[in-house]
Amino acid sequence: MDDLPPSSEAAAAPSHGQSAHAAPSHGHGTHDDHAHEHHELGFWRTYIFSTDHKMIGIQYLWAGLFFLFFGFSLMLLMRWQIAFPGQALSWANASNHIGYQIYQILYHLGLSGPPVELPAVPPDPNNPPLTQYVFGKDQMPGGVMTPDFYNTLGAMHGTIMVFFGIVPVAFAAFGNFVMPLQIGTVDMAFPRLNMASVILFFLSAVLMTGSLFVPGGAAKSGWTSYTPLATISDQSVNTVFWGHNFHVLWPFWLTGQSVWIIAMAFNITSSLLSSVNFITTIVQLRAKGLSWMRLPFFVWTQFITAFLLLLAFPPLEAAAFMQLMDRLAGSSLFSPAGLIVNGAPLPNSGGGTPLLWQHLFWFLGHPEVYVLVLPGLGIIAEVVANNARKPLWGYNQMVVSLLILGFLSMIVWAHHMYLTGMGTAVSSFFQLTTIIISVPTMVILSSLIISLWGGAIRFTSPMLWATAFLPLFGIGGLTGIPLAFNAPDTFLHDSYYIIAHFHYVIAPGTIFALFAGVHYWYPKATGRMMSEFWNKVHFWPTMILMNCIFFPMFLQGMAGMHRRMYDGGATYGILNRDVLHWNSFISESAWLMGLAQIPFILNFCLSYKYGRKVSDNPWEATTLEWSAPSPPPHGNFPHPVVAYRGPYEYSVPGHPTDFTMQSEPPSSAKAIHISGPPPEDERSIGFPPLT
Amino acid sequence: MEIPYTFTARPDTGLYNGKLGIWLFLASEVMLFGAIFTAYLFVRLGADDGTWPDHIQNVWLGLTNTIILIVSSITMVWAWVALKERKFNTYRLALGITILCGLVFLTIKGFEYYSKYQHFGFMIKAEAFSKYEPELKKMDAYYSEVPSQDPSEHVYEVRGHFRAETADTITFAPDGMPSYLINLAGKENAEAAMGEKAGEENASGEEPTLTLSISDIHRYGRLLPKYGTYYAIYFLVTGLHAMHIVGGVVVMLYFLTIGSALYRRNPEQLSNRIEVTGIFWHFVDLVWITVFPILYLT
Repeated sequence: MDDLPPSSEAAAAPSHGQSAHAAPSHGHGTHDDHAHEHHELGFWRTYIFSTDHKMIGIQYLWAGLFFLFFGFSLMLLMRWQIAFPGQALSWANASNHIGYQIYQILYHLGLSGPPVELPAVPPDPNNPPLTQYVFGKDQMPGGVMTPDFYNTLGAMHGTIMVFFGIVPVAFAAFGNFVMPLQIGTVDMAFPRLNMASVILFFLSAVLMTGSLFVPGGAAKSGWTSYTPLATISDQSVNTVFWGHNFHVLWPFWLTGQSVWIIAMAFNITSSLLSSVNFITTIVQLRAKGLSWMRLPFFVWTQFITAFLLLLAFPPLEAAAFMQLMDRLAGSSLFSPAGLIVNGAPLPNSGGGTPLLWQHLFWFLGHPEVYVLVLPGLGIIAEVVANNARKPLWGYNQMVVSLLILGFLSMIVWAHHMYLTGMGTAVSSFFQLTTIIISVPTMVILSSLIISLWGGAIRFTSPMLWATAFLPLFGIGGLTGIPLAFNAPDTFLHDSYYIIAHFHYVIAPGTIFALFAGVHYWYPKATGRMMSEFWNKVHFWPTMILMNCIFFPMFLQGMAGMHRRMYDGGATYGILNRDVLHWNSFISESAWLMGLAQIPFILNFCLSYKYGRKVSDNPWEATTLEWSAPSPPPHGNFPHPVVAYRGPYEYSVPGHPTDFTMQSEPPSSAKAIHISGPPPEDERSIGFPPLT
Repeated sequence: MEIPYTFTARPDTGLYNGKLGIWLFLASEVMLFGAIFTAYLFVRLGADDGTWPDHIQNVWLGLTNTIILIVSSITMVWAWVALKERKFNTYRLALGITILCGLVFLTIKGFEYYSKYQHFGFMIKAEAFSKYEPELKKMDAYYSEVPSQDPSEHVYEVRGHFRAETADTITFAPDGMPSYLINLAGKENAEAAMGEKAGEENASGEEPTLTLSISDIHRYGRLLPKYGTYYAIYFLVTGLHAMHIVGGVVVMLYFLTIGSALYRRNPEQLSNRIEVTGIFWHFVDLVWITVFPILYLT
């Protein structure tokens, strides 16, 4: 072994034949890595087991969009039971309701007499509706949803939307695709780790959707899986499998809630690997000249989001292991002694506490809210600056606010738990931090709104979504303030007000931002533009119906309607009398909004082939990703890019165009710079070359 | 396509990618074990009187494992230094010792698990306990009161090895009193009393056993997670830690065998990888150094 090179310097020197990093001019190196660049990868390595950050981002985007629609469909099903409790979901009943609504519209237009609501068609056991066959006899006997199935739909809607829909799209898809391009690098820092994240995510998604088909159904204790309800659920499942006379021994560890936990453990691990990768990439691989305060705001949001995932997710993983232990090994970490289940005492040792689960869950759960929201804010910042043709107003304070927000989001979690009896002193602390955190949030949102001021706004497709985002996200944020205080929360907790509040943050908030992002970066990913006309056909119904769905929920919640009612609150009909009629209105709006997504799906798929071909920088944007070809090749940039200025130099006086790209070399030493340090700042330019 | 800074440090951060990555990963590990230690505090502080066992672990086995892990951390650094000095054989020796230490640790851990599996705990109802108390005292066997507001929950706990079972009785060999709990005041010869322990064979070669009638037992079971929250936490923490040891050993085995081929091409990169593995290994060591006092020394 003594003949080996004595030091790394010698190993890296091009004169040495064994070096893996020989200079390109060094021709006879047989194991030269550069040789791999020209390999055509096969189908599997290109599309399935890809290590390219762009393909991984696209994989996450497809998966995430699918799960967004899937989770939405679960809710559409659930809304039937809320709107028409106890009625069979059959064609007869559905057509009755459709006909009634049409007659009502005609009546209001003066074209017919007052409509008559036909009585519900009772379920016929001999001729069950299609829904019984689709969802199973245990779930929808005769087309009528069972309470367990209702709970399953609610729990799975939350889980799938949050962990399989929005996080993959907002963080993993856009982060993977856009972030390395925006910092001007070739790929993520750990490409194979990136692929491992995708595989783990895929496994967790298979497990989570597969759990819908296990006997007893999927998890049904809410997306929060509160113990001891979650611990004891499905402890003894019916082993009748797929119908009637087909008995199998079903392994107990494979029941709904256990699979939920295992799937979440995979999902969490996937997120952890991704976040390590993201942070390392942003810290280490920024292009020459791209100092921290020249990063696009989107990269900043991804950076903070990755930290939140990195630090907040492990406690949930620990809690998941503990709940799995409670379920499978019979321990009672989350169960007190003396529980009575189904009329019999639960045989456990006692000594645990349900509060522990809630603390561990919400320690993730609250930073998770910011994980959902921050990438959306980042997308909106890019779109707003680009379409207002102005630099972001207050870039520096937005970044500082973001850092403060990230820190504070770790210490507000117990505002979800005011009603658990954890003590007034603790509640007061979390009330204080919760109110403080609204300050940096509002700084960012206000900066975005002020950024519009005096701009020559282009109402492009992404900008439509961004302009809708700003006020609707504002509604979501402002309605959270009453919930931050102990006293009003005592009344509003677990009511429809909560549902309306967080959906305003996430649905018209984050999801609108995601639509903006899809439209904004679609030309970069495909080289083609999505249709503006069909975007409008998608945008307007979605925007209006979104408000039709969630705004009445504020009214219902303030009237005291509880959020988890199987019959939509009809049991407490006298108390909810004045707001019950909103149920069918909300449900119908939701179903119509489901239809309103069809233009988007078609637009998204067909534009890949038929969209208008555009240049590398169709939006005339400034950030580095627009310096790459569309779609970017493997390795992204033909030549290493250098950032000479801040990210949002729009409408620079004296410049021939109204945008100055970050990668554009300064034409003279006296170029005017609006944000970021001047290019002659040697601190950030003195790096060695990228190779 | 070449990803920058895979094994050379970026000038302004002074780190290569892997090193930053492993530190970030360890940050998440800190949160993972931190959550479990917090859970430990939560259930420990909330435990009712008498329900939290103390001094039931074998301190000497735990101490041995602690020393083994500390030694393995030293050899890990040795392996890294050897690579930096380009002494490949020393590297293989040091890494081999580290792997061996990991395997010995796991063996001892497995032995401890097996002894927990063999042990039984019995909760004897308070009203029936007077029947057994004199005999237990005679044997100097360990027992403790678990008081409760609810008379039906008021029990006394004894532990020992299961010996025989009939339809309505259970015979077991009780564990001795920990030496610090033996009441020396009532003994004529303190040293003899310290030496005498239930569970050990006495002069006549018979093992002292006790027969309980099942109707007097509130509940009983192996010392596994189901038996009590302490055992749940114990198995959770040590199990998760053991899984980290297994992961580290697998990675090190790779670098001892297939992965060491990198030495021919780029020894600096291999030494970086060993450094990163070492950072992880020291963290696993550190977790054990936290586990040892809170689970063994209390």
